[in-house]
Amino acid sequence: MADELLLEVHDVRRSFPKPGGGQLLVLDGVELALKQGEIVGLLGRSGSGKSTFLRLIAGLAQPQGGSLSYLGQPIDGPPGGIAMVFQSFALFPWLTVLENVQLGLEALHIPASEIRTRALAAIDLIGLDGYENAYPRELSGGMRQRVGFARAMVVHPNILLLDEPFSALDVLTAENLRTDLLELWGEGRLPIKGMILVTHNIEEAVLMCDRVCLFSTNPGRIAGEIKIDIPRPRDRTDQRFENYVDQIYTEMTARARSARAERGTGLATLMNHVSSNLISGLIEAVAAPPYNGKADLPDIASDLQMEIDELFPVAEALQLMRLGELEGGDIKLTHMGKRFADAELNERKEIFSRALMSQVPLAALIRRVLDERTSHTAPRRRFIDELEDHMTEDAAEETLRTVVSWARFGELFSYDDESEMFSLENPT
Amino acid sequence: MKILPPVSIEARRLVPSRWDVLAAILVLGFIVLFADASRALVQPLSSLSNAPLSLDPWNLPGYALRTALRMLIALGVSLVFTLTYATWAAKSQRAGSLLVPLLDILQSVPILGFISVTVVFFLSLAPGRIFGAELAAVFAIFTSQAWNMAFSFYQSLRTVPDEMIEAGRMFGLNGWARFWRIEVPFGLPSLIWNMMMSMSGGWFFVVAAEAISVGPTTIVLPGIGSYIASAIKQQNLGAIAWAIGAMLVVILVYDQLLFRPLVAWADKFRIDNDDSEEYPESWVLDIIRRSDLMDRLAAPFHTFMSWTYKLTAPARGRAGILRDAVPSRAGDAVWWVFLAALAVFALWHIWLMLGGTLTWTDIGSAAGLGAITMMRVIILIALASVIWTPIGVYVGLRPHLAHIIQPVAQFLAAFPANLVFPVAVFVIVRYDLNPDIALSPLMVLGTQWYILFNVIAGASAIPRELRDAGTNLQVKGLLWWRKIALPGVFPYYVTGAITASGGSWNAAIVAEVASWGSHTVRAHGLGTYIADATQAGDFHRIVLGIATMSFYVVVVNRLFWRPLYWFAERRYRLT
Repeated sequence: MADELLLEVHDVRRSFPKPGGGQLLVLDGVELALKQGEIVGLLGRSGSGKSTFLRLIAGLAQPQGGSLSYLGQPIDGPPGGIAMVFQSFALFPWLTVLENVQLGLEALHIPASEIRTRALAAIDLIGLDGYENAYPRELSGGMRQRVGFARAMVVHPNILLLDEPFSALDVLTAENLRTDLLELWGEGRLPIKGMILVTHNIEEAVLMCDRVCLFSTNPGRIAGEIKIDIPRPRDRTDQRFENYVDQIYTEMTARARSARAERGTGLATLMNHVSSNLISGLIEAVAAPPYNGKADLPDIASDLQMEIDELFPVAEALQLMRLGELEGGDIKLTHMGKRFADAELNERKEIFSRALMSQVPLAALIRRVLDERTSHTAPRRRFIDELEDHMTEDAAEETLRTVVSWARFGELFSYDDESEMFSLENPT
Repeated sequence: MKILPPVSIEARRLVPSRWDVLAAILVLGFIVLFADASRALVQPLSSLSNAPLSLDPWNLPGYALRTALRMLIALGVSLVFTLTYATWAAKSQRAGSLLVPLLDILQSVPILGFISVTVVFFLSLAPGRIFGAELAAVFAIFTSQAWNMAFSFYQSLRTVPDEMIEAGRMFGLNGWARFWRIEVPFGLPSLIWNMMMSMSGGWFFVVAAEAISVGPTTIVLPGIGSYIASAIKQQNLGAIAWAIGAMLVVILVYDQLLFRPLVAWADKFRIDNDDSEEYPESWVLDIIRRSDLMDRLAAPFHTFMSWTYKLTAPARGRAGILRDAVPSRAGDAVWWVFLAALAVFALWHIWLMLGGTLTWTDIGSAAGLGAITMMRVIILIALASVIWTPIGVYVGLRPHLAHIIQPVAQFLAAFPANLVFPVAVFVIVRYDLNPDIALSPLMVLGTQWYILFNVIAGASAIPRELRDAGTNLQVKGLLWWRKIALPGVFPYYVTGAITASGGSWNAAIVAEVASWGSHTVRAHGLGTYIADATQAGDFHRIVLGIATMSFYVVVVNRLFWRPLYWFAERRYRLT
């Protein structure tokens, strides 16, 4: 019975209507199976459709194509045996801890006395004893998420869905909660049979999961799968642990390169917002000893006291502008990157602006339009509409915001948020 | 918690849409229908005045109680309206596109105008008895509360966090249970706050609604409002002083026994976790919470509600899934035909009533008078701003002072300024002042406080560090006002000024004509026009006056306040 399939997902496709008409594909051909006793991780960048996928499993939304089945039954609404823990906790502030936990049972037509016993048991299990009558606002973030866990587990679901449950918590609290959860899981004390964890944190995935599925972006699909074969409890300093983290990095950077080759032309490139300060900072750090132009990403991340997945978008921005190259989990400065590191502020702006012109099509387009127009101005709508043909509204917003902030640093053009106009003029 | 600006301020579009036009036609059609019905009914119902009111102060507690009860009933009706209308508007895209513009137009109709056209109709529902008049008064108060409340709840419904709804569906709560357990609690704090604000406005109109004459029909309902009306007729200053005292007591009691406990109770439904704001407290709520009386009273209600949640199957299976909304074409067609028929019907009635009788001269004169009233509102709001903004900033920056002044200002806003009008008229008559100028301040008497307490709130919300930075950079005097204080309070000021301006238009109907015994003082303006038409029972001019005033309010909101509001929110809102 150990290999009994809890969940089977086959060729799932999901798209959203675009504001200008047409459909935007968010998930395409996603395959997944969850066996009893398994923790499966879905790892990917933000905006890769992982959370959308989780909501399909939860029966909160329907796919446009493909099939999802839970214990052999097709999912066509929230199934009773699947519960979810939310990133923002989604606790009801007007209910006490106990009432929040009981909520999940009340809809099940269970006698009141049993509801209470089971709720108290779940609260006890998750380490919330003594907090029964507190309101969520009186609790710290970590305690609130414990309520989130208790509320999901009280219904004794077969599958627990975790939607980045630790990402709103500080590092220490998150680790504490993860350890407690894994301990309970290891001792078989959790009333659940399998978990699916959505995360963008590589170490978290390696620490918790039996299998990690790598999610690629645009459209989201599972691009690879890595089995984590380390006995529990796992130790972050274990060499095998580090090897897995490195391996996942390498796969993700390789994928980022090939993805860039695929979709890097034209305006379709989605750009996550990374401040120019971070870009300069990373270039300086890589250029300086002991790295001297080439660094292992996890190493430099711990040096800079950043989570590696915080560093990842910065490294990608370097790669995008050809100031650095990502390869095999390493980052290497290009010739331009090295020149940037040695340069004074004004020369840096010069280099940055040239990189934008040659490597970022959107920046080049805006500049060209501004040059061509006699007024040397253009409204924001002109570009956001064009972007929205290729990506979601939110992604378009962020991409444009990123380009504006980079262009400001490079003094390529300026933007007035009040009038929503691009122009060539800088205040003199 | 902030006051919600009117719907037309929130609307993102400057140019009216076809929905706005449709909404305007429907509201006008509704008013015309009522006016038409009233015109036909006016004769047989003449003079419903019952036993004359006694000015003996010993009767006041009884009168006050009846006035307070009318408010409470209207509040209940408004609540029912809010929970249905706003929910429909938020849940159905089809309905929402009409219902929201409809709220906008309804909000701009002067409340006393509603009374003028509906009183006779309500009287006809229960001819010869006082019940119809009671209905009319309750309806008047309802119109002063319901629109704000519905709009606030609509806004809340649209902003419930997705994850909360998902959690509810995940645990099998069906739509009915989600509404009562998630959506209503989420909207409660802002709903109760708006309820309190509307209540303040309501006092003003209850006083006006208790003693009103429409043509030959005169209503006198026992209550504080009619007590005042008699006192004015008999020129009894002492009685007016008693009435003012009674009003103060009623408002205080309402505040302490109803609103303060409600606000303190609703605090647990607030979703933001910032502890910067103080917890509202109420001794009444403390008492209730410490006894188990309330728990015992509420228990059967809880049991009943839990039972209703289980009436339908939990939201498993198909019922619980969120599909991408695909509006059905057939449904759209039916809806459109229905609306078109309604619009044609409304237009036809508008034409029937106004087409033959109203000339361009009539419309021109109403518009001209509207312009005069608008000038008055603009000048007085500007004056009130110049006076209260600096005072508000001064008070707001001193927490101990703000603690005392803030509730007083809120209280003054609730105090029905029409109680003071007779005194003003007395002064004007005695010193022979020019009514066009001397009556004007009465329009902002009750509404100026919105500016004061909003500015106080704004000034106390300026972060300590910003002020310290100013001090550190030696920013003083005029520069300090221009760069720190005024920008800091600006968004709050704008919201206050919008509320004050809307209230002043409403007050014009009462404030532009005032009488004291046999003396009547009148200023030129649209308010006087509507008041006179009401007195004369001239429904054509009542309708024209109301329509003109609504038009002015909507246009001023859209062209002036809306851009200013969004500019303030974008540029000066400190988050």
